[in-house]
Amino acid sequence: MTTTIELSNVSRWYGNVVAVNDVTMTIGPGVTGLLGPNGAGKSTILHMISGFLAPSRGQLTVAGQPSWRNPDLFRILGLVPERDSVYAFLTGQEFVLATARLHGLADPAAAAGQAIGLVEMGDAAGRRISTYSKGMRQRIKLAAALVHDPEIILLDEPFNGLDPRQRLHMMSLLDSLGTQGRVILFSSHILEEVERLSGTIQVIVGGRLAASGDFRAIRRLMTSRPHVFLVRSSDDRLLAAALIGRPSVNAVELTPGGLQVRAGDYGSFTREVAALARQHAVSLRELLPSDESLESVFAYLLAA
Amino acid sequence: MSGVINGVVLRITYRATMGRRRALIFIICPLLLLAITALLKATAHSPVWPPEFLGTFGFTVVLPLTALIIGTSVLGAEIDDGSILHLLATPVRRSSVVLTKFVAAATLTALFGAVPLYLAGAIATGPGSKLAGGLLAGGLAAAVVYNAVFVLLSAATTRAIAVGLLYLVVWEGLLGSLIGGVRLLSVNQYALGITNSVAHLHALHAHLGLTTALIMGVIVTCVALALAARRLASFSVKGDAS
Repeated sequence: MTTTIELSNVSRWYGNVVAVNDVTMTIGPGVTGLLGPNGAGKSTILHMISGFLAPSRGQLTVAGQPSWRNPDLFRILGLVPERDSVYAFLTGQEFVLATARLHGLADPAAAAGQAIGLVEMGDAAGRRISTYSKGMRQRIKLAAALVHDPEIILLDEPFNGLDPRQRLHMMSLLDSLGTQGRVILFSSHILEEVERLSGTIQVIVGGRLAASGDFRAIRRLMTSRPHVFLVRSSDDRLLAAALIGRPSVNAVELTPGGLQVRAGDYGSFTREVAALARQHAVSLRELLPSDESLESVFAYLLAA
Repeated sequence: MSGVINGVVLRITYRATMGRRRALIFIICPLLLLAITALLKATAHSPVWPPEFLGTFGFTVVLPLTALIIGTSVLGAEIDDGSILHLLATPVRRSSVVLTKFVAAATLTALFGAVPLYLAGAIATGPGSKLAGGLLAGGLAAAVVYNAVFVLLSAATTRAIAVGLLYLVVWEGLLGSLIGGVRLLSVNQYALGITNSVAHLHALHAHLGLTTALIMGVIVTCVALALAARRLASFSVKGDAS
């Protein structure tokens, strides 16, 4: 039987605040990215999957078992929490070895050595964790999560604090673990991380599942959405009249701060605007995309 | 399969507890007790000062405060800073985690509370005296029961120190001296009852007999640990157990 994580109409609320709202998803072998802005409910979902939060409603199973109040699940599950708190007085080696012993492994020293090698922390393993950089802490936490060779690995914002080289290494490690048939689920609020690593994504916005499936299809949906630009020029009214005649432009508003242009096609608009300005002898002073935050991208997905 | 007491958790807990700054407090408390005892030995003339002082200062200040600091830090500090997740993200039984934390707290409290109390009794009345033996027995019992209660508080609330202090000051200190029935649920009185069963000194102001103190101590310890294990089994992130 294939190992999967199944959420069926799962909700979680705190008093009157709904953190996760009626989410249904199935996560199978391979790397899956849980993408969404900060506060979207990604960590709440990971905590429910790992058994550190009970769903308020709905069914949640990991490899066919409920995760809540089921510590035996950690025999096949590894968790890398977002919080940086580890036993800082231990060395990296002691921390991973202690975790191996807590899992009751037959040869904890060998398992710890292998996990530390996987995350390339062999040189620093003898140092106290209190002396580690954030990136090194992330990697030693990953080693501890991998030490019992789990089938499922959950990672909450695993790339936080990693430098570019460490990111590439972490991505290649997670990719190879996913290729081996493990279920790898990681959360991130950075689109590019998910893009480089994951073929499958689950987009969470405001506690709801906004999009699910192949990353490339969702990415296309994201880039083809209407974009809003702020344009300031030497003659805003003239430029507005010229712009509204172009098919790439859906609407133009003349405001005291300049023109607010709603473009239907990002690429065509950005190519045409300079040519139009030159054609009408208008000097462009400022051209700013005003809705490029991830939140606006996610909000569009939610509305789409 | 993990045993009831987990050796890895025990070693980590000892290192974590002794490495925190608050460890200074439970080292200073017994030193203060020994210093005052030595001073009184040299200056006091009343024959009842040893049970009066050690019974009061030992069992209402030194031991409960030491137990409060240690008992709330063995589990509570890890819950506060989130490092408990690394321990709980393993198949180790939650009941085993609670029992191991309790054993660590009780042994450290015995070391920094009960043993200094015995040494103070030995300074006051001699190493083989009944008072010294009674203080050791009462101190060990208090270390066990207090820590079961304080480990439960750590699992149940993020304000374990405040709630523990309220229990010590209001319940044991204030209500315990006014209402007789409260003494049945007062760890301080269990410790004094056990001490008095060995020392037989009226000046200890013990209000419970040995049998009652032992039975109540065992019941409170078992119930507190069972509730703590149940609470930790429902541990939720952000320190809430739903």
